[in-house]
Parts: sequence; structure tokens; C-alpha cells
Amino acid sequence: MERDKIEEVAIQLLRKASIFLPIDVKNALKKAYETETSETGRTVLKTILDNIAAAEQLNRPVCQDTGIVSFFVKGRAIDYKVIESALIKATIEATKSIPLRPNAVHPITRKNSGDNTGVRIPGISWLYKDTDYLEITATIKGAGSENMTALYMLPPGEGVKGLIRVVLESVVRAGGQPCPPVILNIGLGGTVDLTFKMAKLAMIRPLGVRHPEDDIAKLESKILDLVNQTNVGPMGLGGKTTALDVKIEYAYCHTASLPIAINFQCWADRRATARIHPDGSVEMID
Amino acid sequence: MAEYKLTTPLKEEDVRKLNLGDTVYITGIIFTARDEAHERLIEYAEKGEKVPVNLEGAVIYHAGPIVRKKDGEWEIVAAGPTTSSRMNKATPKVLEKYPIRMLIGKGGMSQEVLEAMKKHGVVYCQYTGGAAVLAAKNIKRVIGVEWLDLGIPEALWILEVENFGPLTVTMDAKGNSIYEKLKQEQKKILERLLSQL
Repeated sequence: MERDKIEEVAIQLLRKASIFLPIDVKNALKKAYETETSETGRTVLKTILDNIAAAEQLNRPVCQDTGIVSFFVKGRAIDYKVIESALIKATIEATKSIPLRPNAVHPITRKNSGDNTGVRIPGISWLYKDTDYLEITATIKGAGSENMTALYMLPPGEGVKGLIRVVLESVVRAGGQPCPPVILNIGLGGTVDLTFKMAKLAMIRPLGVRHPEDDIAKLESKILDLVNQTNVGPMGLGGKTTALDVKIEYAYCHTASLPIAINFQCWADRRATARIHPDGSVEMID
Repeated sequence: MAEYKLTTPLKEEDVRKLNLGDTVYITGIIFTARDEAHERLIEYAEKGEKVPVNLEGAVIYHAGPIVRKKDGEWEIVAAGPTTSSRMNKATPKVLEKYPIRMLIGKGGMSQEVLEAMKKHGVVYCQYTGGAAVLAAKNIKRVIGVEWLDLGIPEALWILEVENFGPLTVTMDAKGNSIYEKLKQEQKKILERLLSQL
């Protein structure tokens, strides 16, 4: 596949993701504004909706924290080297042209690369999908929500009750810091590399789409309902809209383990997906 | 809950009168400062060096904007608030050394900061996190920038603003914090929810 084509599509994806929120996220925020009963909560949600409209109108990033860039690449035959170089180049170009805030720094020296790239950044997840097209999802994730990430290694005996407990405790502890209404992306089981990877895979699933297995789907709805009873509310100032959704991905785990990764996503849930077909045509997916 | 339109530099009586839940709009000058600018403010104070800006009655905005140069002038593209709790450790020292009157950020700050605010006559206002384009629309121009060696997000940006807000007073200068009140309520709700599982 043509390197320049991939780069061009990736730049488009970063522009779309940073300026226009996905339709599922916008709809969830509008619905929250209609149903929120707390006065402060409604003011916050109104400010968020006005800001989304202003970003679209002025063609500017919806939030100044344009985050760390991550790509999820799916396909059958992936030319790793070509795609990686195209995605790095796209990140540098998008940082200049949109513009994105340069956020990527060395973890110790804190030196900023100035272009949102650096060792292993942008993050690229290579995922197998049995299709002849290449599917790329671009996400940008701010630090406010990412910093609230929690990992628990529970005694397996704590089971579902333990899972619900740690989620509710994490939500209350985080309060307004992850910019609620949040989306909770949860990885359940696995070994911890997989636990976090699953939380990130949950992140790219649209809001309102339930897990294909009924038991997990019900658990997602149940946790969402409980989280919205905590009165954390929009921006942590109280109200019944604490989360827009809860999504869980799971894997089998060791008989002696129950790993749980809770990854917070702020209301500015920025992602965009495109498919590049073998004939070179590009399909943008909302 | 009252609404106030305040002009910088702020006086101590301007902020002492503010109560939790009041709405505030700021006109005048605000300074952005994040983690590293806070560290540098402390370094300068400890060395007895003068900082390059006048912080008398100042408003500090916890924010790292997106900026671009247009016709040789800086332009703020997007400038929502950042998480204030990262500045919890540095803030009491900063408030002791500099005559700052207002902090703007998101998510609230610690009990230690609340006490320092009470002592020095400072309020904390929350702006909606992520509302970066709305915030930028209220920024009239970039007056200047200092400490650009810290990188664009961490530099100290001097901004002229007009009716910057709506800001909500969430920690007042009398020792009250909305976050603390809500935390207590949420703790009880959490206990009830967990006992019903």
C-alpha cells in the first residue's frame, strides 16, 4: 500500500479526531444535558456543548490537551515498516498544520520533542483483522483522564462485587479530575499487559455498543447505573451524569488472579477511523 | 449565588467577599502557569531573584494552551484548564511568596491549598474542563510569554482577557470547598451503594 496515501489519511484522521467529536459521543452529551437535573451540572454540560459547536465552527481542537497520539491498525497483510513511518510523519505534520499541542516528553528529562513523537510514540497497536482493507483508528487522549487510570489485582474470591467496588471507589476518588462525564473503559482478566490493552480496545468501541456476550453487556449497564448514582456529576460538581458509558473487554486469567484495569476517558472522547481499500479508495467511518 | 464581573489586578476585598457557587467573569490580565512554572516561581523566590512579571493581585490560570504564530504575533488557539491537583504541592509556597489573588483550574485542590488560600486571601475558581475553544474566544490577545524554554504548554503566558468565564467559585477564601462538601456526601452514597451489592 502506498506510503503517502497512509500518511495523508492519518493526517485527516487526526484533524477529524481533534476537532469533531464522534456522533455517538455528541449524542450522549446532548442526552445528558436533557436529562441532568443538577443546575451546576446543566451549566457545565451546556458549556461543553457550546464548546463542541465553537470548535467545529472555528475549525479548532475541541480541547487544548490534544493528548498523546495512538493509532490502532487492523488488517490481514500489514506492511509494518511503511505504515509506522507514515504514521510518525503524519503525527509530525498534523502537529504543525492543525495545530496540536506538542505534549510528548522524555519521561525523565521532560524534554519536549516539539512534534508529538518520541521513543515508541505515537503508540501503534497492530491488530489482526481478516479483511483486504487496512483500517486505521486514530485516538488522542489527554492526561487529565489518563492520570486517573487504576490497576487492581483482586483476590479472585471478590468476584463481581469486588469489580463494582473498585470501579465505584475509583470514580469517587477521581472526582472532577478526569473531566466527567467520563467513559469508563475496563480491562478484566488477562496478564496485566493484556488487561491494559483490553481497556484500550474498549476505548475504541463506540458508546452505546454493548459487549457481544449478554452477561458482560448486563454488567456494563449495571455498573453505568451505579456510577451515575455517586453524585460526582459533570466536572465533579454534583449531578447524575458522572459517566456516559461503561465498556468492558475481558480475557481468561490465572486461577489465582483477578486483574482489573480501569482507564478513564474524559468527555472529549476523540477518535476517528478510516479504511483504505486495495484499489486506493478511502472510506471514513464515523 | 451571586454573579461578579471583576477586573485585574484583584484586591483582597474583591476575593474575600466571594462565596461558594458564585459566578465570576474576569477582565484584564491572566497568567498561565502549570507544574514547571510553579517550580520556577519557587526557585526564583528561594534565590531572591525577581520574576519577569508583576503578580500583584494576579490571576493564575492552570492551563497549557495551544498557540500558533500568525503574522508574527502569537495567537491562542485553544486554552482550557488543566488538572489543578498537580500543583497541590507547590501552591502553598507560591501563595506565600507572591501576592496572587485568584487561581483558575479544574478538579479542585488540597486541604493545604485551601488553608493557604484562607491565610493569604485567595480564591479558586473552576472553569469547565476541555472548554478550550470557548476560553480562547475570551482571550483578546497574547501580551507576552516568559520561560518559553519550558515548552509551549509549560511556559508562562500573559493574556489579556475580556469577560473570561463563566467561572464558578469552588474554594473560597474563608476555608470552604465544594469539593470537600461533595466528597463527604459521596462517601455516604458510596457506603450505601456498596452495602446494597
